[in-house]
Amino acid sequence: MTPFRAVAVTVVPEAAQLDAGGWDELERIVAGAIAARPARLRRQLALLLRCLEWFPLFRYGHRLSRLDPARRTAFLSSLQRSRLLILRRGFWGLRTLVLMGYYGRRAAAVAIGYRADARGWEARR
Amino acid sequence: MSDTRVYDIVIIGSGAGGGTVAQELAPLVRDGVRILVLEQGPRFADHEFTGRELEMADALYQDGGGFLTRDGTMTLAFASAYGGSTVVYTGTSLTARERVIREWAVPGLEHADLAERSAKYAEQNNVHLLEAPLINDNNRLFVEGGQKAGYRVEQFPVNVKGCRGSSLCNLGCPNQAKQGTNRVQLPRAERAGVEVVTRAEVRSIAPDRWLRVRVRERPAGAKGAPSEWAPGEYEVQARIVVVSAGAIGSPALLLRSPLPLSRSLGHRFTCHPALILVAEHPHAITNDVGHPKSYFVDRAEEERFVLETCMYFPFVTAKSLTGFGASHSAIMRAFPRLQMILILACDHATPGNRITVDAQGQPVVHYALTAETTDGLVRGTRAAARIFFGAGASRVHAPADPPIIEARDAGHLDERISSRSFRPGTVGITAAHLMGGCVMGSGPVDSVTDAWGRVHGVPWLRVADASLFPDSLEINPYLTIMAVADRVAEAIRRDAPELLASPLEPSHA
Repeated sequence: MTPFRAVAVTVVPEAAQLDAGGWDELERIVAGAIAARPARLRRQLALLLRCLEWFPLFRYGHRLSRLDPARRTAFLSSLQRSRLLILRRGFWGLRTLVLMGYYGRRAAAVAIGYRADARGWEARR
Repeated sequence: MSDTRVYDIVIIGSGAGGGTVAQELAPLVRDGVRILVLEQGPRFADHEFTGRELEMADALYQDGGGFLTRDGTMTLAFASAYGGSTVVYTGTSLTARERVIREWAVPGLEHADLAERSAKYAEQNNVHLLEAPLINDNNRLFVEGGQKAGYRVEQFPVNVKGCRGSSLCNLGCPNQAKQGTNRVQLPRAERAGVEVVTRAEVRSIAPDRWLRVRVRERPAGAKGAPSEWAPGEYEVQARIVVVSAGAIGSPALLLRSPLPLSRSLGHRFTCHPALILVAEHPHAITNDVGHPKSYFVDRAEEERFVLETCMYFPFVTAKSLTGFGASHSAIMRAFPRLQMILILACDHATPGNRITVDAQGQPVVHYALTAETTDGLVRGTRAAARIFFGAGASRVHAPADPPIIEARDAGHLDERISSRSFRPGTVGITAAHLMGGCVMGSGPVDSVTDAWGRVHGVPWLRVADASLFPDSLEINPYLTIMAVADRVAEAIRRDAPELLASPLEPSHA
């Protein structure tokens, strides 16, 4: 599992059920969003992912992608509650990308029962 | 090598400000006055409004709706399109409160004048109260819960015509029901002979009234029509220049321009930092069908917040919730049972919050929540929770630890919801209603323009958008932007004989 996917299945546990096509779509959405951002931001994100992968080694003896789900959750929760704005902000940005990739898919919208339709009320009758 | 063009009046931006000025000046075309509107965003065809969340956000909003403040803790939502942000608002059309305009204390700006002009645009844009059968459960529950919680609930006048209730207003109405400047003022201006050029970014304005303009090519596969001009660099000269590029774009453009402007340029930026709150009901409700924003509770004066009904899309909803993991997913899976409320904090202009430009000339928004604004968000969150529970919700998701508040804890909202849970970087705060940066006032020491949008010391340069607001408007701003822009247009018509007769310097290109 890649560090990004390790974060993704922790943020959205249902992502673990995605097939190869689902992951492709999720990662394509995220890649598209990142590509539109300044190069500096892209570098920061890549660095953050590398740090997130290795930080848990010191606390749990394993890299993020090798941790069990409970410890991954505990680790990411500690980032979310960190006293350092840079860590909170970094995790928030990564979390936003995961949520965009997952819930930006048509299949996810259907799965949660989102039914908005351009025809409005007419579509419900 | 730049192509050069000469006009009498150039309007930069086509939203509530620019679109209004274009319409109001359009009759001058009959007298031979050449008027050009330069819009940075594209012009969309009706069929391109699909309502698909990421696709439309990417097409319509700057940075897909994720434009970040400098410290990265808040996103700002503003559109870039023919019609500006009037394409993506919900059509809510409120007249400014008398108290707010009085507190602005701009010499020469009276509430009665703004109210009269607002009424003109309300009529023009078909502003009315939505009929009861078109109100969905999400909105009805807000009324019910609000009344039970003791709040005064008011109905939003909205500017729709033939609304089918798609709930997709913020992604551009797929049925063209919303009467933004893209449907009303700009088409009228174009019919009268005003030229509109899209995908045209104004890089700077020189003292000799030459504008450096870059017209962009339509990216392969992108939505929107190609520009009316061939892609490339242009130099456009005008006798009168009206800047209506919004509260970020207008100050940024003027900061990039070598003009003798007030040192207050870029300052007094403010906005309505907003938080989306959701609550789960035991049964399905109509939420993602029907107009999304029909009611509000205005507590701006007393508690610095306004609550509005709202309904957002899967990704925006997901990112707005606090936390992650199983509890976050459980709320998302309850989507058909979710009620939503938008909390807007009323933030007053403070010295540190301002617009600057970076080395590339791109806008940078310096913005930090003050303790008072955070307090407004906290109070608003508690009030929204009271409304949710009053409406029968079984649980509320809010910035709290843990983020789920069960109905049995409804009596402990003050303890559960506190400023501790609103630390920057832990809460999904997004702001719309961007204001200030080129503020109106009495003189160049503390303002950029006078009460008619005339830039101090540069008589041919005008500003006509929300960047003129010297402080928070405390309500949805579009009708007030139109009213202010109407004043700017009136002043231009008054000054036109002299300004249009002024000689122009030849191109230095």
